Amino acid sequence: MPSQKLDQILERRRSQPNQLIEVLQDIQQNYGYISEKSIQSVSQALGVPLIEVYRVASFYKAFRLNPSGKNLLTMCTGTACHVRGSRLLIDQATSQLGVKPGEVTPDGLFSVEHVNCLGACALGPIVSENGSYHHHMTPGKLRKLIQTLSRQKPKDTQDVQVK
Amino acid sequence: MSRLNSTREMEHLRERLREQRQSITTTVMVCGGTGCQASESQAVIDAVRDELSKQGLDASVRLCVTGCHGFCEQGPVIIIEPGNTFYCHVSPEDAFEIVYQTVMRGEVIERLLYTDLVSGERFQTESEIPFYQAQDRQILSQNRLVDPCSIEDYIVSGGYTALAKVLSAMTPEEIVEEIKASGLRGRGGGGFPTGRKWNECQEAPGDEKYVICNADEGDPGAYMDRCVLEGNPHLVLEGMMIGAWAIGARKGYIYVRNEYPLAVKNSRIAVEQARELGLLGDNILGSSFSFDVDVARGGGAFVCGESTALMTSIEGKVGEPRPKDVHTVVDGLYHKPTTLNNVETWANVPAIILNGSSWFASKGTQGSKGTKILALTGRIKNTGLVEVAMGTPIHDVVFEIGGGAVNGKPVKAVQTGGPSGGCLPVDKFDLAIDFDVLSEAGSMVGSGGMVVMDEETCMVDVAKYFLAFLQDESCGKCLPCRLGIDRMLEIINDITEGRGRPEQLDLLEELADTVAQTALCGLGKTAPNPVLSTLRYFRQEYEAHIKEKKCPAGVCKALITYWIDPDRCTGCRVCLQGCAHKAITGKKKQVHVIDTQLCQKCGICRSECKFDAIRVV
Repeated sequence: MPSQKLDQILERRRSQPNQLIEVLQDIQQNYGYISEKSIQSVSQALGVPLIEVYRVASFYKAFRLNPSGKNLLTMCTGTACHVRGSRLLIDQATSQLGVKPGEVTPDGLFSVEHVNCLGACALGPIVSENGSYHHHMTPGKLRKLIQTLSRQKPKDTQDVQVK
Repeated sequence: MSRLNSTREMEHLRERLREQRQSITTTVMVCGGTGCQASESQAVIDAVRDELSKQGLDASVRLCVTGCHGFCEQGPVIIIEPGNTFYCHVSPEDAFEIVYQTVMRGEVIERLLYTDLVSGERFQTESEIPFYQAQDRQILSQNRLVDPCSIEDYIVSGGYTALAKVLSAMTPEEIVEEIKASGLRGRGGGGFPTGRKWNECQEAPGDEKYVICNADEGDPGAYMDRCVLEGNPHLVLEGMMIGAWAIGARKGYIYVRNEYPLAVKNSRIAVEQARELGLLGDNILGSSFSFDVDVARGGGAFVCGESTALMTSIEGKVGEPRPKDVHTVVDGLYHKPTTLNNVETWANVPAIILNGSSWFASKGTQGSKGTKILALTGRIKNTGLVEVAMGTPIHDVVFEIGGGAVNGKPVKAVQTGGPSGGCLPVDKFDLAIDFDVLSEAGSMVGSGGMVVMDEETCMVDVAKYFLAFLQDESCGKCLPCRLGIDRMLEIINDITEGRGRPEQLDLLEELADTVAQTALCGLGKTAPNPVLSTLRYFRQEYEAHIKEKKCPAGVCKALITYWIDPDRCTGCRVCLQGCAHKAITGKKKQVHVIDTQLCQKCGICRSECKFDAIRVV
């Protein structure tokens, strides 16, 4: 983890406990999760007890305490998506990948999560794949999407190496 | 642009901008809201922009990337003025034709026009479309006029005139009186009279006061605040400025869900632009009014929609509510007097100031004035955002605007008000959308979510859904909510999984009553509403689950079986090939069979079958 980035986030917010959530949001956005080390740094920089930083980081849904898989599948479970069958989508993803919502597959390729509402209710059920929305999803389409993403493994690993 | 030091300077700027735009002959408005973006409207925007510059039309045609128009189902949506031509489901490949035919020659492209799902009729202009025609779009219609990232657009369309009016011609007391007289009530769910809230905050002792815009729209199935904030952030800011001047606040916050990245981005841009013009900062428009706004991102906790929890969250703490024996208008953010209103409430303020309270009060019912934005979703033909005058019957919204159920299956119920609201059956559809009428019927207007349900929606499952949601979202501070919801969910799980006993229904009701009476905050107190309203109107469905061990809607997995209708199956093998559990057998062109021992009821076969042959009993 480049500590420079974390320093940038904490800059001008030192000793301001009310900036805790904003700081955690930025760390989440830049690093994808809130690590133990960053919790310690935040605690020291803002002057907030370690346990309070942990309490806030674990209370809000926006924060992850562990890195997510390479492909993050987020199922919208808003009411509108629910009545259009989002439950079947969660069942599909969890049974196909063998993980529960919030977990990462052993190979680190997938994370499955659910979100209360993405606000695109008219197009539900919605599945967000790494931030891009797939609308009017069905269990069959989702199964194929997961299969396609699994197959992309070798190519993408190469991409990462190039970077 | 330089700082504006007086209302006159702002009027000059408005005139200058209008003059600059006189050379514009045509405006192409493309929806760039979240819904249309999910339908890849960005590619359409890029293609139209390229095409306009290829044709050398940059100076005479304005491409306006707007916020949500509300008809998300039809996205990406384009409107071309003059002519009000409305194109839907536009793809990037259509850009050339749109520019060459419609923009340059005024010809209409038939295949991009909207075809009404109910009548099959084609409509050329936006104003003719039944979905829009039956509405009264006071706030939403402004979305299509402005690029949310352009303060110039907002000023050209008459924006910040209300701010100028209050700063030059109204005292804070007169503003509060005007809002009181308008009868405006909070649009976030509670329906508390806004003028009274402002009055109490104005009179509260202390020099340091705050205003907050609640954009933490946590209700699943509701997105009107997202639409207004991301589509017209300056309207919300103007409302907040007027409120801040009225109560004497120098600092405001927009607390917005982080799950709405576009709303976060657009509101931040709006704040920056307003600061640049001196509409935020010290001595706004040369007056004695100084005010600034910060955007705070929510952490994704439903409970933070509750005012006291939201305020502790802005303070950087865990969002837990506290007892409201002293109201937040006296003891709010950092223990200072604070006025918190919802996005839509703030958005209503400028028009009330400009047009007067009697104009606003002329719409609506005795107790609920003005218009209300509803998120019409679920199992219905026309989904999207709808704005109607208060007092409009539910029936008109669901059938006239919404066009009725999809797939011809009869509508069974509508869920209003999110997790704090309830489900109303079809025979209650003559009820008016009115704060008091809906709460008497066991539901509520809430923030305006309206989820339509048909025969394929199980009402016990809906109650279970909301309980699971609330259990997950309960902050855990008070026992009734933390444990009461847990126990209710246990009972509902028993019922949906075939272990239900008749006496559990009484226990469920008793628990629901207890939670409603004893929970700490408004969200806990209303948490039992989905259970109580479904028990009240759909008790027979609960009984079918318990006594017959059947789910009439075919939803609860433990109580249903999949089978193939021999009269419909063509033996095409699609389901057989799609089945991940190898539960379907059958030869080509022969009726297939599902092995119920192997079937996991995953729904793939049902979603893949083109002949509607997979049935659930």
